[in-house]
Amino acid sequence: MSTTTPASGAAPALGRQDIAHLARLARLAVTDEELDRFAGQLGAVLDAVAQVQRADVGDVAPTTHAVPLTNVLRADVATPCLPRDAVLAAAPAAEDGRFRVPRILGEEE
Amino acid sequence: MSDLTALTAVELQAALAAGETSSVEVTRAHLDRIAAEDGALGAFLHVTADAALARAAEVDASGTAGTGLAGIPVALKDVFVTEGVPTTSGSRILEGWRPPYSATVASRLADAGTVLLGKTNMDEFAMGSSTENSAYAVTRNPWDHDRIPGGSSGGSSAAVAGRLAPLALGTDTGGSIRQPAAVTGLVGHKPTYGSVSRYGLIAFSSSLDQAGPMARTVLDAALLHEAIGGHDPRDSTSIDAPVPTVVEAARRGAGGDLSGLRVGVVRELGGEGAREGYEQGVLDRFAEGVALLEAAGAQVREVSCPSFGLALPAYYLIAPSEASSNLARFEGMRFGIRVGDDGSHDVDEVMALTREQGFGPEVKRRIILGTYALSAGYYEAYYGQAQKVRTLISRDFSAAYDDVDVLVSPTSPTVAWPIGARVEDPLAMYAADLCTLPASLAGVPAISVPCGLSDGLPVGLQVMAPALADDRCYRVAAAVEAALGAPLTDRLLERAA
Repeated sequence: MSTTTPASGAAPALGRQDIAHLARLARLAVTDEELDRFAGQLGAVLDAVAQVQRADVGDVAPTTHAVPLTNVLRADVATPCLPRDAVLAAAPAAEDGRFRVPRILGEEE
Repeated sequence: MSDLTALTAVELQAALAAGETSSVEVTRAHLDRIAAEDGALGAFLHVTADAALARAAEVDASGTAGTGLAGIPVALKDVFVTEGVPTTSGSRILEGWRPPYSATVASRLADAGTVLLGKTNMDEFAMGSSTENSAYAVTRNPWDHDRIPGGSSGGSSAAVAGRLAPLALGTDTGGSIRQPAAVTGLVGHKPTYGSVSRYGLIAFSSSLDQAGPMARTVLDAALLHEAIGGHDPRDSTSIDAPVPTVVEAARRGAGGDLSGLRVGVVRELGGEGAREGYEQGVLDRFAEGVALLEAAGAQVREVSCPSFGLALPAYYLIAPSEASSNLARFEGMRFGIRVGDDGSHDVDEVMALTREQGFGPEVKRRIILGTYALSAGYYEAYYGQAQKVRTLISRDFSAAYDDVDVLVSPTSPTVAWPIGARVEDPLAMYAADLCTLPASLAGVPAISVPCGLSDGLPVGLQVMAPALADDRCYRVAAAVEAALGAPLTDRLLERAA
């Protein structure tokens, strides 16, 4: 990315190229018009959220979760799952009892 | 019977139990009102009229109507999956999808004998504060049709305030139950994180999302809360603890005696030196609400929570980051729409085209922001830092609760704004969540209760309590409601008469 690593609370500007790169990473085919609009809007949002960098957090531990929880495991017992036909009925495309998807491998692979 | 849609859930319960009406009559009255009013209000995305009448007839035949919530109609925000009933989360990407299963809260309401009226409009994937980000419809505020009903649970707020449903469920990630309740004159409660199941709730930000009740009175909200709360083995973040006794607390609070209760007014949320962006009318109604608490015997003092000022930037890093991950599942392969699958595009291109066409602008903005905040080289500066700020906010709550039993603030800095006013300015939209975000980030319960009108529009007072002390929220809210004399939405009835 062309932006520089943020320092001293200043947010880097997000340009059209950065937005296009991030959109590609997120599998979003954004239009030219959206690139222009998002670059301005996200720049303003990024400036605002960059305030978190001004917080004096010292050696404060991060909170990932509001309620402290350890991992939860269920008993290793088979339980009924959703019926296959019901799940496939809600899929955009199905064939022979499976999801049908577009080509995943290229010609040469 | 008089107009059945004017009755609260508690009144409907009594009328059903006494045999003065039937669930079919109650359900038909609400369906008729939906048919008459919802063209203008836009509260519902899908109305399950035939299924509702059939269900109501079943409940009547079973003889259970009036027991608990049996026979009483409810509306569900379209974020809850409902087996066989279209569920979109307000997004084009799920257009036409009929889920093969139901959310735990939907199943619990069905088991309790409630009658599902339909699914309510919302900001797409619950991202917004006005419901204008819905891909399908504009929802209007029953108090003024040119204004927003709040969001993201704006279909639920419009439905209940407009008497299209006596009760509705919403979800709250950063204020999406409390703010729409506040701007439509309703009671809305965000339960303690983990105390209501998230199974079958289409995820936006998993560490923050929480389902909760919206109603015209505190006691109605409490009844709905008890029907949906409690441990669910299908949600790994579900707390295995008894549901707080919120109905009892609401009844107790309605007695109007808060003697001995210690109330902290949060300085950083509309107090001295922190009033930028707050409307005077909101601050005035809030101050009057606090005076009511004092008159009821509460000991009121000002409390400082210095990190609350950082809740907004922390939230708008954490929530988009989690959303960018959660929304990866919408790729057009297993459910929802698929775009560009004509043989000329490979799977990556089909995913990108599906997401381009399926997601609206706010969802795209948040996915891009979240992808950025989580990317290598930026993670620590943004997401990591925001999570540390989250710790500071939790510490502020803990310190405050050493001295007081509940914290209060306005629910939203402003009354409902005109439709369209903030659509192109995401930051202005985000500012609506200023007061609701701290409780979201800390996972503590918070309720919004009406505390009067400003320029004819409702103002909400927020009551926050420690984790699992949801009953305190209901007790204090019920005392405010009792002091004001009648549910605020009764004014809408008087106006219509």
